[in-house]
Amino acid sequence: MLAAQVLINALVLGCLYACIAIGFSLVWGVLNVINLIHGSFIVLGAYLAWGLYQSLHISPWYALGIAAPAFFVLGYVIQRLILNRVITAPVLVTLTLTFGLDLILNNAMIYYFKADYRKLTLTPPMGSVSLFDVVVPIDRLIATASALALTGILYLILRRLRVGRAIIAVRLDRDAARLMGVDVNSIYAIAFGLGAALAGCAGVLMALIFPISPLTSTAYLGKAFVVCVLGGLGSVSGALAGGILLALIEGIGSALIGPAHATTLSFALLIVFLIVRPQGLLGRKGFE
Amino acid sequence: MTRSNFILLALVAVIAALPMFGGSYALRLGTIACMYGILALSWNVVGGLAGYPSFATAAFFGFGAYTAGVLLGKGVPLVVAVAAAGGASFALACLLGAALLRLRGHYFAIASLSLIEVFRELVNNATDLTGGGMGLNIPLTSTAGVMADATFYFYVMWGLLLGTASMVVVVAGSKLGFGLACIRQNETAANMIGLNTTLYKSVAFGLSACFVGAAGGVYAAWVHYIDPSDVFDILYSVKPIVMALIGGLGSPLGVLIGAFVYLGLEEVVWRNYIQIHSGVLGVLIVVLLLFLPNGLMSLRSRLLAWRPKRV
Repeated sequence: MLAAQVLINALVLGCLYACIAIGFSLVWGVLNVINLIHGSFIVLGAYLAWGLYQSLHISPWYALGIAAPAFFVLGYVIQRLILNRVITAPVLVTLTLTFGLDLILNNAMIYYFKADYRKLTLTPPMGSVSLFDVVVPIDRLIATASALALTGILYLILRRLRVGRAIIAVRLDRDAARLMGVDVNSIYAIAFGLGAALAGCAGVLMALIFPISPLTSTAYLGKAFVVCVLGGLGSVSGALAGGILLALIEGIGSALIGPAHATTLSFALLIVFLIVRPQGLLGRKGFE
Repeated sequence: MTRSNFILLALVAVIAALPMFGGSYALRLGTIACMYGILALSWNVVGGLAGYPSFATAAFFGFGAYTAGVLLGKGVPLVVAVAAAGGASFALACLLGAALLRLRGHYFAIASLSLIEVFRELVNNATDLTGGGMGLNIPLTSTAGVMADATFYFYVMWGLLLGTASMVVVVAGSKLGFGLACIRQNETAANMIGLNTTLYKSVAFGLSACFVGAAGGVYAAWVHYIDPSDVFDILYSVKPIVMALIGGLGSPLGVLIGAFVYLGLEEVVWRNYIQIHSGVLGVLIVVLLLFLPNGLMSLRSRLLAWRPKRV
């Protein structure tokens, strides 16, 4: 029964990991930028959910509807005003720039919210369901379903909408897309905005499950790294596969050799994957 | 030796005179200045010369600090402990480099970033050896008094800086430096004409880790207490990059000046805005990258190029 519980936990956590990583993967794939603010966006989203619930009693499910547009605008503006100026610069420059932005945002959050850990507790609590001996809390289950839904929405946007096809086109070949009349700078900004919106929504969902503190942003960012590399860059299905694989490995690793080594295991796996199979599990360049 | 490398060594020599003028505060600042200089010059070997965006500085800094810390705890003399930290960092970086440096661009950046994470977690969990999250107390090596101690550690760190600067000058003038420049410009072509790029890159990575590890060891002995979140701080990886960007990538003199300028800014910010110092550092990084992407050294050539027009 322990095995079944570990498996279910991994599936539930894996979908959340995928949700954390998918915006990061989109930005990396389309803009060719490693977006180090991603972790802080997630934490900011969690604070948004917490603040809305504490002060206005807006349930986190509705907070998703507020977080998505707000973070989209935030991401769009950051890309247009700051990141776009160095978008063609080498990795080092873009990476260091997003690190600087992350320092600013994270410091601002520590300043306003303090580094204390907070928890969004729903009243009344939602309880948990148990099937045979496997127990899953309901709020966690709903968060997982929402994470899957968000992932599905992104997939549909990329697949069905004109702007989504343009994003894919830019990822496949920037210059050819420009020749076909795609406004590449605007697509960059939209992709970054989408990435930020997904991070904000992921943060809202995280607020339901994990404690909230500015200090947790690097942990989220680390998860996004590993999931992207495991699953393969830039594909929605890859992020899902990577997320579930990471959660499985962490779950099994924790059960076998103790939870203290789970992070080491996942990062060691990251390095092995980078060397052996840098395109990831499902990676095919530019395919969606 | 080029003129700028000569100025580099002269600048390092001038720093040695610091204890004659300053008190304990100046000594502390001087020791940190030397440490930052070591980190930035070392990073420049792999980041500036070979063009690989390495974020592994903190990993080797922490590794060196813990190697030396554990050895000092077992009663090994400081010189041996620091040498061991440097040597072990060199060997480890060469080995890891042979595997990691096959990656390019973003993938290498992520791999080197996660190296910090792996090392930190390993140290965190090896509680028997390193004390884990409780940190590691390092015994005092001398009983000569506070000022004598401070002067001593300043000169040890300065000696390492001198070593690093000499290494950089030697590398820049050698076949290795030429090979690294080839790799930066076009690695595939360098490989085609028979350059053993894997070997060159690994040695460069090893050299860039060697003095960083040793500096970590001296740092551990100097502050007497280290813990994983302190020495494996990702900021130790980012600061050298910012320093190099301030000074101008690739030029050792620019990088060293960048390190000192950065330290000056950091001191001012720390002293005045303790609550928001990392935010101010972030603003500094953003402004620097947007408005002065080629560093201070580019200002000089820009001014020089500008002058004849006025004549």
